[in-house]
Amino acid sequence: MTTTASAHRRGRAFVHTGVITRRNLLANVRLPDVLILSTVQPVVFMLMFLYVFGGAIQAALPTAAHGEYIYWLIPGILAQSAVFGSAPTAYGLNNDRTNGVLDRFRSLPMARSAVLTGRTLSDLIRNTFILGLQLAVGIALGFRWHNGLGGMLAAMGVALAFGFACSRLMAYLGLTIRNTEAIQAAIYMVVFPMTLTSSVFLPTQTMPGWLQAFAEHQPITVIANALRGLTLGQGALPALLIRGFGVRVPGGAPVLSRPYSHLAMRL
Amino acid sequence: MNAPIIAVDAVSKQFRGGTRALDGLTLAIPTGAVYGLLGPNGAGKTTLIRILATLLRPDSGIVRVAGHDVVRHPARVRECIGLAGQFAAVDDHLTGRENIAMIGRLYGLSRRETARRAADVVDRIHLADAADRQVKTYSGGMRRRIDLAASLIGRPQVLFLDEPTAGVDPTSRQDLWHLVRDLAAEGTTVLLTTQYLDEADQLADRIAVIDHGRLLTEGTATELKDRTGGAVVELDLPAQQRQAAMTALEPLAPRHDHDRDRIVLPAPDGALTLRDALRLLDHAELTPTDVALHRPTLDDVFLTLTRHTAPELAGRSA
Repeated sequence: MTTTASAHRRGRAFVHTGVITRRNLLANVRLPDVLILSTVQPVVFMLMFLYVFGGAIQAALPTAAHGEYIYWLIPGILAQSAVFGSAPTAYGLNNDRTNGVLDRFRSLPMARSAVLTGRTLSDLIRNTFILGLQLAVGIALGFRWHNGLGGMLAAMGVALAFGFACSRLMAYLGLTIRNTEAIQAAIYMVVFPMTLTSSVFLPTQTMPGWLQAFAEHQPITVIANALRGLTLGQGALPALLIRGFGVRVPGGAPVLSRPYSHLAMRL
Repeated sequence: MNAPIIAVDAVSKQFRGGTRALDGLTLAIPTGAVYGLLGPNGAGKTTLIRILATLLRPDSGIVRVAGHDVVRHPARVRECIGLAGQFAAVDDHLTGRENIAMIGRLYGLSRRETARRAADVVDRIHLADAADRQVKTYSGGMRRRIDLAASLIGRPQVLFLDEPTAGVDPTSRQDLWHLVRDLAAEGTTVLLTTQYLDEADQLADRIAVIDHGRLLTEGTATELKDRTGGAVVELDLPAQQRQAAMTALEPLAPRHDHDRDRIVLPAPDGALTLRDALRLLDHAELTPTDVALHRPTLDDVFLTLTRHTAPELAGRSA
C-alpha cells in the first residue's frame, strides 16, 4: 500500500515536472525577443573577445592552445555561458512569484518539487541549446577539439552540470530577494567580477600575486580549465588541476542541495 | 443554515515586521454560499485567504476547509479548493486553453479529461473564440476570466476569489458575477474579497466586515444595513451654506459625506427626521437644493464600522 502510494507520488512528480518544464520552455520559443537576445548576446560576446583581444593575447598563451586564442577562448566561454545562462532561473522564479503564479501552484494538489525541478530543468535545456550554438560558431571560426569527441562531449557535460548547479543557487536568489532589480544587481555584482578574475578570457599568470591566488582557485577558473583539459588534452593543464576537479564537483552536490531542499519546503 | 464548509476558529497571524494581520478571527461559512469578505486595505482579507488556501500557516487557532485541517492536512485541502488570487496568474505566452489545461494537469487529471474539461470551461466563460490565442493579446477582463476558469477545471468544492473584479471593465464584471452565481447554484462555495461594496451587495449571501484582523460584523446585506440604523436623510446645500447647515442640524448628529458632497443624517424615525431636519434648516434660513430619504447602502454600513480607520476606502467603492 505504502509502496504503491509512493510510486504514485513519484509518477505524479514526474508528470508535473514535465508540465512545468514544457511551460517554461514554451516561453523561450514563443517570446522570440527573449530567445534571440539570450542567444545573440553570448555569441557577440565571444566574437568580441576573439577579435578584439585575440591578437594581443596570442603571445601569452600556453603551448597547448596551439598559438591560437580561439583554442583558449572557446572552452572558457562555455564555462562563462554556463554561469550567465543560469541567471534566468532567478528571474523566472521571481516573476512567477510576483505574478501570483507560485501561489496558484502552491494551492494545487501538485508535487511541490515540480516547480523548482521544472524551472532548473528547462533552464538546463535552454543552456544546452545556447552552449551548442556557441560551440558551433566556434567550430565555424576554427576551433577544433584535440582530445577526441568523447572529451568534447564530456566537456559539454561538465559545463552544463556546472550551469545546473548555478541554476540552483540562482533559484535561491530568485525566491529570497523580492525586488527584480536587486536580483539583477546581485547577480551582476557577483557574476561579472567572477568571470573577469578567472581564466575564462586570459591566463591568470599575468595577474598580481594576491589576485592570482584567488583567480586560480575560484570555481569558474576550475571549470574553464577542466574544459580546456577535456577538449585540448592533458598538456593544456597541470594534471593536478584536472584530478582536483573530479573531487570538487561531486563534493559540491550535497552542499548545493541543502538550500534547494530548504526552498522546496518554503514552496 | 447548512453546516459550515469553512470553519475559522480564533485564528491569529502576526508577520515578522510586527503587523498583526489576523487577531483571533472566528468565522463559519455555510456550504454552497457566496460569502463576501469586506474590509479596508490591510484588514487581513488576503491573509485569511492565504491561510485558507494553505499558502500561509496561522500562528494560532484552527482552520478547517471541507473538513480538513489546513495545517495538518494541507494536501487534502488542496484537493478541494480553487484559488484565483489578486493578480491574474496566467502565462502571457500560453493560449487561454493551454493555461487552463496546465492547471488541469497539475490537478492530476489525465490528458483526455483535461482537454474535455478545458473545452467545457472555456465555453462557460464565453471565451471559446479567443481560447486558442495567446493570453498576451487578451484584455484585462479576459485574463481574469481565464484565471478563474483555470481554478474551475479541478471542480473545487470551495473557490477563493481575491478581489476578482478589481480593475475589470463593467461588462466583464457582469460576466464574472454571472459565473459566480452559476457556480453557487451548482453547489460550489465561493469566498470572495472585494473592495466594491455593491459587488458584495449584489453577489454575497452573507458578508463579513473585518478590520485589523478582527470581525466587526457578519450577516446578510439586509441584516447589516438594518443594524446600521435603518434609513438616512441626505441633504445637498450650496457650498457656502454647508457649515451653517451642519451647525443648525447639530441635534440630529449630521455628518458630511465628502465623496458625494452631501450632509447625511441618521433617520431612525424616517419621514419625521426629514421633517425635523427641514424645520431646523428653515429656522436658520437655509434652503437645501436637494433632499433624499433612503435606506442605508453597504457603503453606509462600511463607513460606520470602519470610519476611524479608513474613510478613503468607502470613497473608492461605487
